[in-house]
Amino acid sequence: MPKLVKRALLLLVAAAMLPASLYGCAGGTESSQSPTASAQSGELPNGNSVTVGIAQDLSNLDPQRNATAGIREVLFNIFEGLVKASPDGSVTEAVASDYEISEDGKTYTFTLREGVTFHNGEPVTAGDVVYSLERCAGSENDGTPLVSAFSIVEGVAAPDERHVVVTLSEPNLEFIYSMTAAIIPQGSGPDITDTMVGTGPFRFVSYAPQDSLVMEKYDGYWSADKAARLDQVTFKIIPDVNAMVIGLKGGSLDMVIHLPNTLEEEVQGSFTVLQDTMKLVQALYLNNAVEPFDNELVRQAMYHAIDVQEIIDFVCGGAGVATGTSMYPANQRYFMPELAQKYPHDVEKARQLLAQAGYGDGFEMSITVPSNYAQHMETAQVIIEQLKEAGITATLLPVEWESWVNDVYRGRDYQSSVCAISADDMTAREMLVRYTSDHQKNFINFQDGEFDQSVAQAMAATSQDEQTALYKRAEEILSERAASLWLQDMCELVVMDPALDGFTFYRTYVLDMSTIGYQ
Amino acid sequence: MRRKNWYLTIGLILTACMLLFTALGIFWTPYSPTAVSAPDRKAPPCTAHPFGCDQLGRDILSRTLEGAGATLTIALAVLAIGAACGLVIGALCGYFGGPADALMMRLCDTVAAFPSVLLALVVLAVTGPGKYNVIWALGVLFIPSFARLVRGEFLQYRDRDFVRSARLMGVGSLRVIFVHILPNTWPTLLSGLTIGFNNAVLAEASMSYLGIGVSPSEPSLGYMLKDAQGVLFTLPWCTVFPGLVVILLILGVSLLGEGVRARMGVAS
Repeated sequence: MPKLVKRALLLLVAAAMLPASLYGCAGGTESSQSPTASAQSGELPNGNSVTVGIAQDLSNLDPQRNATAGIREVLFNIFEGLVKASPDGSVTEAVASDYEISEDGKTYTFTLREGVTFHNGEPVTAGDVVYSLERCAGSENDGTPLVSAFSIVEGVAAPDERHVVVTLSEPNLEFIYSMTAAIIPQGSGPDITDTMVGTGPFRFVSYAPQDSLVMEKYDGYWSADKAARLDQVTFKIIPDVNAMVIGLKGGSLDMVIHLPNTLEEEVQGSFTVLQDTMKLVQALYLNNAVEPFDNELVRQAMYHAIDVQEIIDFVCGGAGVATGTSMYPANQRYFMPELAQKYPHDVEKARQLLAQAGYGDGFEMSITVPSNYAQHMETAQVIIEQLKEAGITATLLPVEWESWVNDVYRGRDYQSSVCAISADDMTAREMLVRYTSDHQKNFINFQDGEFDQSVAQAMAATSQDEQTALYKRAEEILSERAASLWLQDMCELVVMDPALDGFTFYRTYVLDMSTIGYQ
Repeated sequence: MRRKNWYLTIGLILTACMLLFTALGIFWTPYSPTAVSAPDRKAPPCTAHPFGCDQLGRDILSRTLEGAGATLTIALAVLAIGAACGLVIGALCGYFGGPADALMMRLCDTVAAFPSVLLALVVLAVTGPGKYNVIWALGVLFIPSFARLVRGEFLQYRDRDFVRSARLMGVGSLRVIFVHILPNTWPTLLSGLTIGFNNAVLAEASMSYLGIGVSPSEPSLGYMLKDAQGVLFTLPWCTVFPGLVVILLILGVSLLGEGVRARMGVAS
């Protein structure tokens, strides 16, 4: 028998046996899963380490400059500010043990905690804090603040070794949330991305681009209660969600965050599965500067053409929450559930609006999507089908995460994009100020005078109620003008080895590894 | 007495079936291959959806039909480019020889030294993904193997008596190449073509699997396999059916090639 045919027949036999072997696997894994998983993690003598799968590469590790949420949530474990985020969305003291805000709201006095040391063993001094805060305000960046909220900082001073005073040019109710900015050793400069010395519960060990970041427990952490339970954590970068599931099942990963909840069945039974909303806003972002999205009627027509509830059913198994504007439900003070009802699914209305806008025959458009996010890819494919009914032909353009950040987010060279924007803290500013006309992060090129004014007034407001009302007005404008098609706060799964516990969901986009440990 | 040529029979039937399946997909699919449907999400194979549905409720049969069409089109186009250019280069090099031949063969060696999928990935990373880019990238990379194959055959025949006689009679080089020598190379060329076809199908599938081939809006078999990887254990039909189509397609063409060769071998 000729070799070729023999090989072909072998292939056929293998194919015939494939389904059988697959069903065999599904039944057999349940009992054998956890021993393999814990055996895998036993690299250290006491086996106290985990490997976490994350979807996104960590491109710029400067803790004060980090642009993307995926980096911030990792660095949360290594760096700390004078205050740090707490699970309920407020802030709690960290490097500072106490702080006072003056009557006029312009002067913040921080008392430094005693016994806080950097990962290199040096104690944190007032000089380090002043240096860090000044760097955030732009001292090493030609005066442009690295943290945009620092634009109102007038001065940072250390009257003595134990106190740091920050003065603002105008009062700001939300400024304390920005004091989560990382404290780093004096004189670090751009080298901070190599040294990575902070004060957090974990110490940086190594980073291999596109592969992994390793950190280990910092023994000199200032609080024994809040010290890390694990000795070592490896973040493994796996841009493909399917590979992540396979990694979990194979035992090379102990934990995965941000897994789409449509994959729940795949991981149920053999792992601890926790579910929560992601604290972000997923949207079909429209570049308001390009045709035809510069026409408000077109944007509104598209909003009517899509069926948000259907998207939520498909992508999140019905567990996501429609937002209707750039605000997520966990931020209760500012969330406006009524805005999610503003554009009901109505294809007739959509066609009508399109005709009115001069696009009666529809148009062609492209949707650029970072392909490492399965949820966004699926969302885009559902949207394409929905838009088809209204006569709009959309095509999907999958891109790598890096090129999405460069071309879409920074370069603004795109038509539309499905992605999600998350908040660093519980302020409304985080989700709204980016859409003011000349903001550097306004990647949808949204221009609206009233919106700019509302946000500016809200930021300067001195009473909480007044500020809330102004921010809500800004949210309404984003909805009314259909600046983008705001979809949902997605639902995500955290999947862990059943031997692990202590995972804490925050109301902001944060991953706290210090509370996690083996039972 | 001649033994019955089973390879040819089975190969013909299998290839015909797969071609029919693919041709059907070009003209008709039971549902739109991209249409999502909430009630059918994760539906196992049933009468309404013989191949089942994926996690977005898309009909796997429709997608497989469409995907087979895309895969086959790309494979045939790649084969056409590779075989046509390879044939001309191989024939000229083999017949005339000389320094041009040596240079050409070293060039082919260089290209062949890299795995073709890897090289194609590099090309696509520069030109961007898309159906036509895949065809060009793979097509060019398939040239060396055909060129070498044809050249070898020509080397074997160019000093044969019938070729010398033809030349003595004053027949032009082109006529000698294409009328006198080429027909003799058919048996080898045919098996080369079938193997090349199989490699092209697999190369397209692997590239789409790596996410750098055709765009997700026009599903190909490789892309379907990639897409269904995460649900391998819960929705096995999403991977099994497209995978089966790839296997049957390749098996059919392999058997057919083998059968044709056996038959020609007997005839000459």
